[in-house]
Amino acid sequence: MKKILVIAEAKDNIYKSPAFEITSSGKHIANAMGAEFDVMTISDASAEQLNNLGKYGAKKIFQLSLAELNTLSGIDGIIYSHSAISAAISNFANTNSYDLILISGTSFGKEIAPQIAVRTNSAIITDCTGINTDGKLSFKRPSFAGKCNTIVNYNTEKLVVTLRPNVFKAEISEVSPEIQKLSADSLNVQKTDFRTYVSEVAVSTGKLDVAEADIIVSGGRGLKNPESFKLVEDLAGALGAAIGASRAVVDAGWRPHGEQVGQTGKTVSPSLYIACGISGAIQHLAGMSSSKFIVAINKDKDAPIFQIADYGIVGDVFEILPALTEEIKKLKV
Amino acid sequence: MKIVVCVSLVPDSTTKIKIGSTGKSIDETGVTFIINPYDEFAVEEAVQLKEKNGGEVYALSVGTDKSKEAIKKAFQMGADKGILLKTDTMDIDPYLVAKNLSEEIKLINPDIILFGKQSIDYDGSVVPNMTAEFLGLPSVNVVTKLDINGSEAVLEREIEGGKEIIKASLPLVVGTQKGLNNPRYPNLKSIMASKSKPIEEKPLYTADKMTEVSGMTLPESKGQGKIFTDGAANVPELVRLLREEAKII
Repeated sequence: MKKILVIAEAKDNIYKSPAFEITSSGKHIANAMGAEFDVMTISDASAEQLNNLGKYGAKKIFQLSLAELNTLSGIDGIIYSHSAISAAISNFANTNSYDLILISGTSFGKEIAPQIAVRTNSAIITDCTGINTDGKLSFKRPSFAGKCNTIVNYNTEKLVVTLRPNVFKAEISEVSPEIQKLSADSLNVQKTDFRTYVSEVAVSTGKLDVAEADIIVSGGRGLKNPESFKLVEDLAGALGAAIGASRAVVDAGWRPHGEQVGQTGKTVSPSLYIACGISGAIQHLAGMSSSKFIVAINKDKDAPIFQIADYGIVGDVFEILPALTEEIKKLKV
Repeated sequence: MKIVVCVSLVPDSTTKIKIGSTGKSIDETGVTFIINPYDEFAVEEAVQLKEKNGGEVYALSVGTDKSKEAIKKAFQMGADKGILLKTDTMDIDPYLVAKNLSEEIKLINPDIILFGKQSIDYDGSVVPNMTAEFLGLPSVNVVTKLDINGSEAVLEREIEGGKEIIKASLPLVVGTQKGLNNPRYPNLKSIMASKSKPIEEKPLYTADKMTEVSGMTLPESKGQGKIFTDGAANVPELVRLLREEAKII
């Protein structure tokens, strides 16, 4: 392990916690393994934004302008192309002999990482939640939606790794980064590398996604009907939380599938997970048991959810939820 | 239209995981195996495309003899042909799976290749896009909507808090997410018809792997939490604990 390339993902040219976490993790691995690390970003982020990466130890940042990359496509209305970005990163990594590429395990990172692994002839280990730097580098990753963890090694010279967001700490280590602009031409990206392209991004504003939220309030069949989710929404509103749902209520059509938490939904690890009227089927527990604190509210004292809860109230969810919402609101005034 | 759908066999999501004697894989005693739930969306989409455009659906799997069960489920839902790239063991990695699938897909030369977005065992979410890359084809994973018009496709891909609209040309690799369709329940007729469909067994093209599982651990179990039984009357105490003990709100 000699050279590490960290991919810092910008959303609308702004860096958020996944970019800081991955930069900090790159520095951590580099220090532990006696390697160098550089940051690469494909964005039109301002120098001020790039300096934010410096707070987490990014000494050298290679920036490729996304707008410039997009002009190579000849496509009107392109916002970005996953495949072209993969090509740009891979070509840069191959030319400069990076042996580890670190990518945030966001929806964007998960899409490009396998493409980059093939293009750089690297092994790939995704969704890691632990890094072992004693001896040969290995990684811990949850399997079976977190019902167990596996330790994964690689037997190639090169490796692509994605790290699960919200797990690794972004440690402050202020440096003033040297920023080097890359020209799209120099990266040898071809028109044919634009195999797919995004023509529109529709993000519901103000709606927090369970995968990104620090607090999740989740509802299950104990709420009895879709209208009662208003109680979950109210509590989520008071806490600034995202709304989650059990598989039962998603399958019943009460809630959109994007909110489903569990083995066939999203795996989440927020600081606080409040399960309301959720009994705690194994497949649900698998998706949320790594939450830092779990609160369970359920009328059945024997519900499995209480076995993993840090705090719980046995009782009527229709009485407890409004009371909890009121109590939280009192705190906020 | 030639359609390939790649399927895998996984432990049912109600499975309680125990670690096997090697310490590197799960104990399969008493475990019920099912087709990967996300693959059902892929099979359904494949069969709908066949019903609309005509053609054939090939169900492909990499695995041991047992993996034929996943192909049989695809048959019951309407797939026409089955191919198992046979391994001696399930000690395989995403590279081995994607590389072998891509070699077989080259021979079939389909218009579209469908996968479940990830398998619910190792949750890598790697194989669809990796296979596509070996084939030099466009790929989109976590797809909740697919419209094909001639050789052009418009897809919706789920992202944090929203979606991307993506355009690509066929041949194309698609990883399917819940919401794309409602997988059909096989009826008696389709179950009977599926029994006469043969599964072709083929050896692997390569047994190379790039990664190795060296250990497996169960998550640390938490101690007993503080559970109250007086309903709404306990709310102030709960809030106090969240604030003072957990320091979370």
